[in-house]
Amino acid sequence: MNARSTIATLHIATPEGVAFALPLAGPITRAMALAVDLVVMLAIGKVLSLAMGILRAVSNDAGAAGMLLSQFLISFGYGSICELLFNGQTIGKRVLGIRVMDERGLRLRPSQVIIRNLLRIVDMLPFLYAVGGIFCLLSRRNQRVGDLAAGTVVVRTVKATPPDIEGLLGGKYNSFRQHPHLEARLRQKITPDEAQLALAALVRREELQIEAVIQIFGEMATRFRSKVKFPEETVFGLSDEQYVRNVVDTLYRQSGKA
Amino acid sequence: MIIDLARFVEKERPYWQELEKALDEIRARLLDLSDLKQSRRVLGLFQRACSDLARVGQANAEPELRNYLETLVARGYSEIHSSQTYVRRFRPLHWFLRTLPRTFRRQMWAFNLSVALTLIGMLVGGILLVADPDGRQVALAPFPHVAHQTPSQRVADEETANNDKQKMLEERKSSFSAQLMANNIGVSIKAMAFGLTWGIGTALLLFYNGVILGAVCLDYMLDGQTVFLLGWLLPHGSFEIPAILIGGQAGFVLARALIGWGTRDGMRTRLRMIVPDLATLIGGVALMLVWAGIIEAFFSQYHAPVLPYWLKITFGSIELVILVAFYWYCGRKTGPEEEAEQ
Repeated sequence: MNARSTIATLHIATPEGVAFALPLAGPITRAMALAVDLVVMLAIGKVLSLAMGILRAVSNDAGAAGMLLSQFLISFGYGSICELLFNGQTIGKRVLGIRVMDERGLRLRPSQVIIRNLLRIVDMLPFLYAVGGIFCLLSRRNQRVGDLAAGTVVVRTVKATPPDIEGLLGGKYNSFRQHPHLEARLRQKITPDEAQLALAALVRREELQIEAVIQIFGEMATRFRSKVKFPEETVFGLSDEQYVRNVVDTLYRQSGKA
Repeated sequence: MIIDLARFVEKERPYWQELEKALDEIRARLLDLSDLKQSRRVLGLFQRACSDLARVGQANAEPELRNYLETLVARGYSEIHSSQTYVRRFRPLHWFLRTLPRTFRRQMWAFNLSVALTLIGMLVGGILLVADPDGRQVALAPFPHVAHQTPSQRVADEETANNDKQKMLEERKSSFSAQLMANNIGVSIKAMAFGLTWGIGTALLLFYNGVILGAVCLDYMLDGQTVFLLGWLLPHGSFEIPAILIGGQAGFVLARALIGWGTRDGMRTRLRMIVPDLATLIGGVALMLVWAGIIEAFFSQYHAPVLPYWLKITFGSIELVILVAFYWYCGRKTGPEEEAEQ
């Protein structure tokens, strides 16, 4: 296995001969996750101090000891415990949709989690995570010192559900199917990038504002119309969006029926 | 080539879902990859997902589908290609009795370096104490209660401690113990972490500790209070001082991995190889310092006539012998399971 990286992506090539890329979390996202974690740690500390306050009523000494130890455990143990229990995520990382993983894509080892969290004391130097922040900005994999030493990276968690292509394209009449020779020419003339762009536009249609939908599909339809000219009766009354939808259906559903 | 995406997804989705389920089960330890039939099935599904990702990549297909397959392949790769030793459950007793002493012995060179630097520091502390009229104040500055009175005065104070002092000690034993644990574990973590400064920080920390230790020891010895010193330091120091030295050992292991002495491996590989050792050493240090904190608060602070010095010295000596025997002898015998691993 070998691993190479660009500014914001971790590229890994598997022995199966397949390469995949995972988006890396940037310093800002990580700082925001840290801020959330600090709030959580303060909250846990507050709850524990209340509990120790009750214990202090029974034994002042035991309460004070409990308070000291709990503060120490929170400051050194919170990150490690959360990342060990929740698949490389603290509460802050979960909220921000990021997680810690091994830089070679392998399973995160407990020793890596412990060391990256203990070495946080170096990242925090001299104040406000200055060392960690500078390393994170300069590192190709956005790694702070603890990450470099432990061999870990922080990646963005990607939504892991396959897109509903059938639901997107299926069940709709495509007037282009009446002209297989023109469809073949369309497949020849449209580049893979254009095809991908058209499909992505359809998948994300609901996320776009109506003005953007009109503009994007208008520009795409104009471009596709210029590539292959379908007979007037075939495209009569077709909106720009429907035109793009037909093109995508032609490109990605080669076995489809008219 | 643009593939028939809808049909492709429809055909492959059941396999992806099956792989997802299998990976969930592996993570939850419900599925064991040591079962040949199961592992072949999972491997087959993973290879199929890899092949699908390659096809989707060539086809320049929808980015969401590509993201999904990349995530699936990444998960599969992580579960299938990670060594089984990573996956094995943590066994505390095995770690304590075998892994910890073996790791210590494997990195003995770094411990020797820690000891050497501390001894040099002790020597400098001793010289500072006797050679310079102000040296005593300088060397013992972190302990004002020790610096501002002679050892004989302090021993007299401790041995004639009135009831108020005893009561105060009794009332804050647990919190004192917790304070010692937290402080000493923090110092050991720093000793390890400062290995990132190519060992310079670790070396300075050990040297400074040595200076103070050497000055304190020589101060008491020159004042004829060697027995008190041993009775005061040995019970907790027999664990506390070696623990700090092991913290320094971890720091030097880290420093060596950064510098790269004696190996042609790249820095990332070197660091990857020593990370488990660092975690093991620092785990051992934490355990030792918990014990030292308890002993210092509940035992070391009591002096004669409450606790006779011979008892404290004997106790401390026995602790030290047990500690040395533990690190020197434990885990030397290799079991059949480990032989198979090797």
